[in-house]
Amino acid sequence: MNAVKADVTPAPLIFTSVSKRFTAGNRVVSALQDISLSLPLGQVTALVGPDGAGKTTLLRLAAGLLLPDSGSIATFGLNTAVAGEQLHRLIGYMPQRFGLYEDLSVLENLNLYADLYGISRQDRQLRFAELMRMTNLQKFNQRLAGQLSGGMKQKLGLACTLLNRPRLLVLDEPSVGVDPLSRRELWQIIALLVQEFGTTVLLSTAYMDEAERCQQVVLLDRGQILHQDAPAGFHRLADACSYQLSSPVLGKRMLQQRLQGQPDLIDSVVQGDAVRAVARPGSRPDWTVIFDDTEQVWVTPVPPRLEDAFIMLLLARHASQPQIEAVHFLPNGSRHLVGQQPAVIEVDQVDRWFGNFQAVKKLSFDVRHGEIFGLLGANGAGKTTTFRMLCGLLPASNGRLRVAGLDLRKAAAQARARLGYMSQKFSLYGQLSVKQNLEFFSHAYGLRNKRRLERIAWAFQEFDLTDFADSNSVDLPLGYKQRLALACALMHEPEILFLDEPTSGIDPLARREFWTRINSLAAQGVTILVTTHFMEEAEYCDRLLIMREGDILAAGTPAQIRSSSQTADQAPAGTMEEAFIRLLEITGEANG
Amino acid sequence: MNAASQRLLGLIRKEFLQVLRDPSSLAIAFAMPVFLLLLFGYGVSLDARHVPIGLVVEHVSPESRSFSAGFDYSDYFQAHYFRDLREARQALLSRKINAIVHLQADFERRLNGSEPAPIQVIVNGVDANTARLTSGYVQGVWEAWLNARAEWQGLTPVRAVQLEARVWYNSGLRSRNFLVPGLIAVIMTLIGALLTALVMAREWERGTMEALISTPVSVREVLLGKLIPYYLLGMGGMLLSIGMAVFLFQVPLVGSLWVLLLAGSLFLLAALGMGLLISIAAKNQFVAGQIAIVVTFLPAFILSGFIFNIDSMPWPVQLFTHLVAARYFVAILQTVFLAGDIWEVILPNALALLLMALAFLALALWRAPRRLE
Amino acid sequence: MTSMWWRIQALLIKEFLSLLKDKKSRFVLIVPPLVQLFVLSYAATYDLNQLPIAIYNEDRGSAARDLIARFNGPPAFREVLRIERQAQIAEALDGKQVLMVLHIGQQFSRDLLSSRQPAAVQILLDGRDSNTAQIALGYARTVVSQFNSDWAHQHNQPGSPAELRVRAWFNPNLESRWFIVPGIVGLLTLVVTMTVAALSVAREREQGTFDQLLVTPLTPAEILIGKAIPGLIIGVVEASFSIFMVVVWFQVPLLGSLAALYIGIVLYVFSVIGAGLMISSLSVTQQQGLLGGFLVIVPGVILSGYATPIENMPELVQHLTLVNPLRYFLIIIRGVFLEGLGVADLVDQYWPLALIGLFCLSCAGLLFRKRMY
Repeated sequence: MNAVKADVTPAPLIFTSVSKRFTAGNRVVSALQDISLSLPLGQVTALVGPDGAGKTTLLRLAAGLLLPDSGSIATFGLNTAVAGEQLHRLIGYMPQRFGLYEDLSVLENLNLYADLYGISRQDRQLRFAELMRMTNLQKFNQRLAGQLSGGMKQKLGLACTLLNRPRLLVLDEPSVGVDPLSRRELWQIIALLVQEFGTTVLLSTAYMDEAERCQQVVLLDRGQILHQDAPAGFHRLADACSYQLSSPVLGKRMLQQRLQGQPDLIDSVVQGDAVRAVARPGSRPDWTVIFDDTEQVWVTPVPPRLEDAFIMLLLARHASQPQIEAVHFLPNGSRHLVGQQPAVIEVDQVDRWFGNFQAVKKLSFDVRHGEIFGLLGANGAGKTTTFRMLCGLLPASNGRLRVAGLDLRKAAAQARARLGYMSQKFSLYGQLSVKQNLEFFSHAYGLRNKRRLERIAWAFQEFDLTDFADSNSVDLPLGYKQRLALACALMHEPEILFLDEPTSGIDPLARREFWTRINSLAAQGVTILVTTHFMEEAEYCDRLLIMREGDILAAGTPAQIRSSSQTADQAPAGTMEEAFIRLLEITGEANG
Repeated sequence: MNAASQRLLGLIRKEFLQVLRDPSSLAIAFAMPVFLLLLFGYGVSLDARHVPIGLVVEHVSPESRSFSAGFDYSDYFQAHYFRDLREARQALLSRKINAIVHLQADFERRLNGSEPAPIQVIVNGVDANTARLTSGYVQGVWEAWLNARAEWQGLTPVRAVQLEARVWYNSGLRSRNFLVPGLIAVIMTLIGALLTALVMAREWERGTMEALISTPVSVREVLLGKLIPYYLLGMGGMLLSIGMAVFLFQVPLVGSLWVLLLAGSLFLLAALGMGLLISIAAKNQFVAGQIAIVVTFLPAFILSGFIFNIDSMPWPVQLFTHLVAARYFVAILQTVFLAGDIWEVILPNALALLLMALAFLALALWRAPRRLE
Repeated sequence: MTSMWWRIQALLIKEFLSLLKDKKSRFVLIVPPLVQLFVLSYAATYDLNQLPIAIYNEDRGSAARDLIARFNGPPAFREVLRIERQAQIAEALDGKQVLMVLHIGQQFSRDLLSSRQPAAVQILLDGRDSNTAQIALGYARTVVSQFNSDWAHQHNQPGSPAELRVRAWFNPNLESRWFIVPGIVGLLTLVVTMTVAALSVAREREQGTFDQLLVTPLTPAEILIGKAIPGLIIGVVEASFSIFMVVVWFQVPLLGSLAALYIGIVLYVFSVIGAGLMISSLSVTQQQGLLGGFLVIVPGVILSGYATPIENMPELVQHLTLVNPLRYFLIIIRGVFLEGLGVADLVDQYWPLALIGLFCLSCAGLLFRKRMY
């Protein structure tokens, strides 16, 4: 890549009054309306916004995969409507599913893309070596892409895109379904690109901490740009609104529940042992009204985050959208002290082999009634295998597994009637409408007559799905797919809920809603087992299990895990993410 | 090597790797042709041999014995004797025999009378074709017997007109010689249209098409990248089939191999073009697969002249068969294999194939999306 | 028990919705089979109809003209070419202008009238299509033999001492359409239900919904029933409509009992679905499901006795056909249509179908659980 003189090079990407519409069935959906945007050279720009805001459409337009209905798009001065091959040489685009051929090996994928980009044999060796160094994929060269973990797929997808040394790199949700460690590596690669080659990067993300690292953030909502600024600019919007609250008496979850529904507050999330709250701009919440002295609540003002501004801006626009308060379906439900409850899920010395590969090694743990239990780990750590064994989708090679006191492999139907399962991909019947999906699952779970109708009505109302009743579920925005999937899993009021990466790719607003629901379910006595890549979400769990290569790396309450990451020269980690990465690194070094 | 050809080679290599890794496409490309050829070569035959036939001879006499001996010694029949007509009828109903030849008790007496002695023949007409062949064979036995009898009695044969049949190109009328070349067209339709229809739809479904079109690759190259590997695969299947036909099943190859290969290429291009067009129109494996099955296998099997004679079809159906590429190819295959390089047959059919190939490929290129919409 | 039926009913609704809601997939399920029923029914015939022939007559006598008139009369042959020179024969046959040349030599009338030796008539046939050639030869023999007996009668010559009186049961005019068209019902039902079943589980697996099903209280047996019944209904409805058309449009007589036919249809569709679901639960992707279905359909059609009689196959291959559902169904449908068979006559065909279906479904059920990773 040659050094680029900023003053003569046209901007990497300029959108001028761009609009884009799609026809879905009989409806015309306006995906983008009158978007004007300019990317600065050699900077990383994050595109954030709720689901269905038009992020993917914008990225596809930028990569020249779609043409605007009106307006024009120029990349380095080239109009995307007319420029062909030349355009594709400047832009590297990685789609959401990474665009890999799963039945080809890592090296074969790289060779294919090298051929497509016209890279000569000599150059190829150099670039492969360079990319291998960046991505650490060297030792998996011969493995089929389909057998890689999510994190490795993402790196391979990125490597294939980078072969071309694009001057503009467009990434669509590069970190969905990827563990924190792999995410960190992704960002190291991006930083390197910007630094060494002056690459301009445009990416969409659902992680606000990722957006925080970018030089520019574009907030998109309903096809319009809501705000565009540096992260610092976003911070200014939410200046002096953020507080940290802690109370030795109430505990973090109780504390957060008390904050919910307060008129002056727009947001509250659990963070470490404390709760972070954001006040409505201009208002000064009167803490003494909310809490009394005996509760010993400590309030400290804290600097704003991008996420605060994100919530603030979106809530202002979506004022009509009600904040979820609680899921009401178990009357008189009450939350007991978890430790005294009986174990609902018991895992005892469980092994699972796939051929010669041991995915789960002598795993033992239990989950108690009404507990939120988190299963964490890097991609390929054995979480999904464990999960599938617990749901009865996979037999254990050895050991004992009991769910609700029953062996799932043997007592099939009755046991399964008591659990709900929501899979990673929000498995819904795409060609069926929302209503038809709900009807199907309510029948499948054996509901009948009046109760069935009640539950369907409940699902429509509780998850705000009425507007989409007749839309095919494949056409729903991701956040609504997740709602529908959860509604289906809760149809039969299960005692135990299995959630496999329930929030992957979901925007912060929808994530909050989701966790509010989960919390109140737990409060009513539903036992919840969840896997997630969002470490901040791990804070919602009562207890956690971090897995590594089929083994237990750490177990305990979030606080215990954070303190266990303490080493001789380092203080305990402040956030779960730090703790997680540190734990992985410690054991990684120990293992050689 | 310029950039375009490098891209193309990359795509071709990728496609081959994918074929090699997917057992189902390998099975269609290699196992299926071998299996089908073995079946047709050894198993399936339109020629009736050892047709089970029931003989009811009510009164055994030298005349009746000499008549029924004709069935005993014929390759075409396997004779079963029954005591009476009722028993034979039962056997016919339960499909143990295909036909009954019935000689009444007075057969010998009436042979020497003024009126011809009746020989009653009952065939099971359910399968009209077999029935017709069977009664033809019975007629052959009867004629041979009449001739032999006349000669033995020192009389001249009494028939006024004698038919002398000469069969050209396939004098033994071996149906294998006619089925095996035709089968090559069916096999190549499967490899060409069915596989391509699926692989293109798969790229859409798995999201790899999105990544492909964001690279400098052009639509033409993507299409060629599908066309060339499956062309080679199809030609491989064709060579394998020709080899098996000639060496294993001893089907004569009178014409020249290169004419076959050339015609095969044209046919494959048409089939591949059709497959590409289907997948471009469907973008979804379920629909693409259904359409491919409907427009490939059954038409190639029934409307191509591979088994059923096109000239005997009603004219609207005959018109329709002109849309089936296999029709032209079957005509070329049967001619080149059995009759030789007869240009009056080869040229018009090859021209039709060429036109179909061009039309399908042009349509595919025209309809292929350059962007995601 | 009742809750089980509720759950199955929900599955049924879901299956039907996902099959029929999408316009494209509804289209491919309904329209192509109907079009095929018509086109194939007209196309698939062994009867000769207006087969093009050439006539080379060197004789000026009226007897020759009489013989030619008998050949030229409908429906089997149609004279398209009058040949003047010997060399034209090769041209006409090579170029596939005609399938048969009738050659009457200069001596024909003289020999005929002298009655010292039979007058020779030559027939030259294109053996490339050996089956048609064979049938044409049979027709020609019949024409000549008729001419002979008429000639003997007119000229008061001693006729042949014995004559064949051929009768065809069940299908007196030996219309092969009667045999072929009911068979097409079996063929189309096979293709449609097989693809629906072969894709059903593979599709859910590819989209991830299969896991979701397995964690509901639905048992594998219920899922199996829920997957099987939609195919069964679609198959039976499509078969019923086809049968209706066969009777009303193609005028094939339906002599036997509808009950016997419907028991056959249900069992047949059941066994095909069993096979389809077994393939589907073996395959991970839709492509594998579809190609797997294909690997069963193609040999299934060829080894069914649909186009070529099973008796003509070698013994080993005949044993192979015993696991082929279409084989039994063809006997059932042809038996009911043409032979007027009833339930009791077909028991031997029913139980193998039921057995195949049960075996395949049990395998599919086992595979549901086995292949869960």
